[in-house]
Amino acid sequence: MRYHRPESFEDAVAIAAGSGGTTRFLAGGTDVLVQLRAGLVTPDDLIDLKHIPGVAEIVRTADGGWRIGIAVTGAQMGRHADLVRDWPGVVEGMQLVGSTQVQGRATPVGNLCNGSPAADSVPGLVAAGARVDILGPGGPRSLAVEEVPTGPGRTTLRPGEIITAITLPPRGAQAGDAYLRFTPRTEMDIAVVGVAVNLRLDGERIAAARIALGAVAPTVLLADAAAAAIIGTPLDDAALTALATAATAAANPISDKRGTADFRKEITGVLVRRAARIAYDRVQARTGIQQGEDK
Amino acid sequence: MAKDEIQRTYRLIGTRPDRPDGLDKVTGRARYGADVSAPGMLHGAVLRSPHAHARILRIDASKALALPGVKAVVTRADFPTGLTGEDWNLQENTIAGEVALYDGHAVAAVAATSRLIAQDALRLIAVDYEILPHVTDVDAAMRPDAPAIRPGAADHSVPEGLHPNVVKYIDFGHGDLEAGFAAADLVREQSYTTEATHQGYIEPHACLGQLGADGKGEMWVCTQGHWYIRRMAAAVLGIEAAQLRVTPSEIGGGFGGKTTIFIEPLALALSRKAGGRPVKMVMSRAEVFRATGPTASAAMKVRIGMKKDGTLTAGQAEFRMQGGAFPGAPVSSALYCAFASYAIPAVAHVGYDVLTNRPKCAAYRAPGSPMAAFAVESLIDEMCRELGLDPLEVRLKNAVREGTKSSYGPTYGPIGLVQSLQAAQAHPNLSVPLGPNQGRGVAAGFWFNHGGETSVSLAIGEDGTVTVSVGTPDIGGSRASIALMTAETLGIAYENVRVNVVETGALGVNEPTHGSRATFASGKAAVIAARHAIAEMCRRAAAAWGIDPEAVDWQDGAAVPAGPNAGKFPPMPIAEIAARMGSTGGPISGHHEVTAGGVGASFGVHVVDVEVDPETGRTTVLRYLVVQDAGRAIHPAYVEGQYQGGAAQGIGWALNEEYIHDAEGRLLNPVFLDYRVPVASDLPMIDTVIVEVPNPGHPYGVRGVGETGITPPLPALANAIAAATGARLRSLPMSPPKVLAAIRAQRGG
Repeated sequence: MRYHRPESFEDAVAIAAGSGGTTRFLAGGTDVLVQLRAGLVTPDDLIDLKHIPGVAEIVRTADGGWRIGIAVTGAQMGRHADLVRDWPGVVEGMQLVGSTQVQGRATPVGNLCNGSPAADSVPGLVAAGARVDILGPGGPRSLAVEEVPTGPGRTTLRPGEIITAITLPPRGAQAGDAYLRFTPRTEMDIAVVGVAVNLRLDGERIAAARIALGAVAPTVLLADAAAAAIIGTPLDDAALTALATAATAAANPISDKRGTADFRKEITGVLVRRAARIAYDRVQARTGIQQGEDK
Repeated sequence: MAKDEIQRTYRLIGTRPDRPDGLDKVTGRARYGADVSAPGMLHGAVLRSPHAHARILRIDASKALALPGVKAVVTRADFPTGLTGEDWNLQENTIAGEVALYDGHAVAAVAATSRLIAQDALRLIAVDYEILPHVTDVDAAMRPDAPAIRPGAADHSVPEGLHPNVVKYIDFGHGDLEAGFAAADLVREQSYTTEATHQGYIEPHACLGQLGADGKGEMWVCTQGHWYIRRMAAAVLGIEAAQLRVTPSEIGGGFGGKTTIFIEPLALALSRKAGGRPVKMVMSRAEVFRATGPTASAAMKVRIGMKKDGTLTAGQAEFRMQGGAFPGAPVSSALYCAFASYAIPAVAHVGYDVLTNRPKCAAYRAPGSPMAAFAVESLIDEMCRELGLDPLEVRLKNAVREGTKSSYGPTYGPIGLVQSLQAAQAHPNLSVPLGPNQGRGVAAGFWFNHGGETSVSLAIGEDGTVTVSVGTPDIGGSRASIALMTAETLGIAYENVRVNVVETGALGVNEPTHGSRATFASGKAAVIAARHAIAEMCRRAAAAWGIDPEAVDWQDGAAVPAGPNAGKFPPMPIAEIAARMGSTGGPISGHHEVTAGGVGASFGVHVVDVEVDPETGRTTVLRYLVVQDAGRAIHPAYVEGQYQGGAAQGIGWALNEEYIHDAEGRLLNPVFLDYRVPVASDLPMIDTVIVEVPNPGHPYGVRGVGETGITPPLPALANAIAAATGARLRSLPMSPPKVLAAIRAQRGG
């Protein structure tokens, strides 16, 4: 196993593209090092990306969105007051990964590239409409987050390609998001179901919504029908019931050691209602604060 | 022991000094099993069966042996034949013979110059298996169509006509059962199941073994009992016990699971085959889950008769337990514990010990008692609700006390169940109002406690400080407690006593730290050893003063004349006697060895408040109270720690811990991520009340406290969930899907 510490993404791509064998990228290492120790993978080239300038930064983009570096940790995101104000659902999803100790190392890009349908940070990013910038031997490209994983442990990244950053769109007014997951334990657990809801309101009514479901399909699902069930509504009881029905219908889970398919579908309906309520309340609280600041 | 002596107040006993091993542990200096290394050391690794039940047709290790760095491979062929009884069971579990009996059963082991090479070598060992039908569930294993795992393993107790997987049958009781049920106003019968659970110690098994061709060997190992390791490893390897010197490391938890052997004989066998080079072996967590002993799983049927006023009239229990592919499920102790908290005129017990294709069960904190409590305490609670009775009052009404003949035979001495129930009733937690979806559950629990073979030595140092050598590894603070008792007896400072856990060559045989016995038995022996040293120091003072030894007393760490007639001499402190001991007769020490009797039975009462999410079935523990009789709490912080630890493990067992197998009998969740023990944030601060009803069988009144605490949580949680939801769960774990289904069924019905 060769360990590399490139200082630019271009160098990292060159190393990855030139490797004849198995490569792994190291940022937080909370998945890769565990897989190494468990003997699940022995890479020929281990490429440490943490030393590339700027990878540990969260910066406001020109359009008012956010650019999150590939070595930014969950703990950093949680401490970033402006990011938390804009995207509380994205941040709370990331912060559910592992424990306090793991939060000090784990990164959302790593969580995404690990390819788990239960990755806690991914539904929030999908619901937010986040994208990833990619650099590879063929040059740069960009993908929506939901286009990255293709199934457990698999992604659409081509050999030699590296994600260089996650970008979040501008938050805009009257909007809010939320993420909820179900686990038997309070932490150090894997989502049995994860649900992210991202809303924009026009007055009392929902003008736009994106809903992402985790751990109920081979990849995180963007549930358009569930979003459609609440668009145009003030998230009243009828809307919540329709939302739960649509989300449950969209869920296509398996039965495994972490939960049965029936239980997962059931919980999807419960969590989507609760997450939508939280996101809706956050919009109103946020709007109220903004209006107060305006006066 | 006179009651007035054990009820007086003490200088040190009952205080909370820092534990002597604390600084080493928090700074990382303490040496655990995997921290020991030796020159020339090799690393061992184990090839394990991927099948739940398979005949081993052929093992070809030639490619592994050809790998550079590989120094030895052992299979069952490297072990002696002709063992019988439990020795054969231990050998068979150490390394499979003709048949691999469970997923994870050791089939071969490798020693190499690095851990990575050893792991690579495992992949080069070719094993041909013939897969056999398997069974992992206790009731399935008793059905006629179940594969017979080891025909002929049954002992003489098993009646004819039962499946050969039933290897032991137990049947006992007393009183007129029919009359008892006839006298009841309410008779109820229910069935219960509990899953196997692992002790979940943080430190995986680890050892370093060295064995020469001359049969002389050494072992450094993480264990609860190094004489057990010595005896078992010697038997499995066919060597003499006295030639194997075993030194225990610090221990990161055991809970009963480290009272037996797993990798230890493999390390020694590999060392012997590798020319005597020491071999280190450290289990992974997956190996711990797949191949070391969990507790048994149980299927239980209980029938109880109760009068309208709550008086219990009869109890009947049938327990079926599987403890893996070997005899030894704790059926007897479970049945003994079933009705041990209650004075019931008529009781009857029947038990079955059943083989399945699972790892050999090991002891786990009060073996058998938690399962029994789950069944009996759940049913009593259910009947209290049906009759509109207060569950604590009903328990008080029927509680055993001093002089009651127990359900399993003996008559109790002074015990603290009544006092514990009363202390629970008086606790502020019981008056906290409950909200929607919240419920309160109570349950009682019992454990016998154990004395056992014990040998302790004590030596006075040249400066008057004291070394105590014990043979019981310190799991829960026993060194601190033994130092407190020794210092109290000698009248010296706690800091002036150092307690060492010493190797097998340094003392007579000691049983492990099991049965809640270390503080009780090693502590009792240390006190008696200290008294021997005091007697000798009084003799030295008497000689110096020229008076009769009987005319010397020991007070506050010094010899003093017994009274005015003895003469007028200033006190002669321990340091002064010690400084001159070389010229006054030689070293001064004390020693005591005994199979300790006089254990005091242990009772506890738990009260838990939960909130159940009616939409997800998820249970949150809001508050938790443990009340338990400690006899005398030598170091109250470590007594509380035992209470809290038992409750935490019981909560895990009740709510989420389970072994999940696939259709082929392979364990699907051999990692802490998916074997869900509670994490710190899952639990409230567990409240404790120490009841002290002194045990007359110990010089300071101690009764063991380590085990009872895991017993009541299982039924207490079930009773609380029933109170919160109206749904009665009779199958563990009470995981969210099961609770949600039970809530649904309740609403539907």
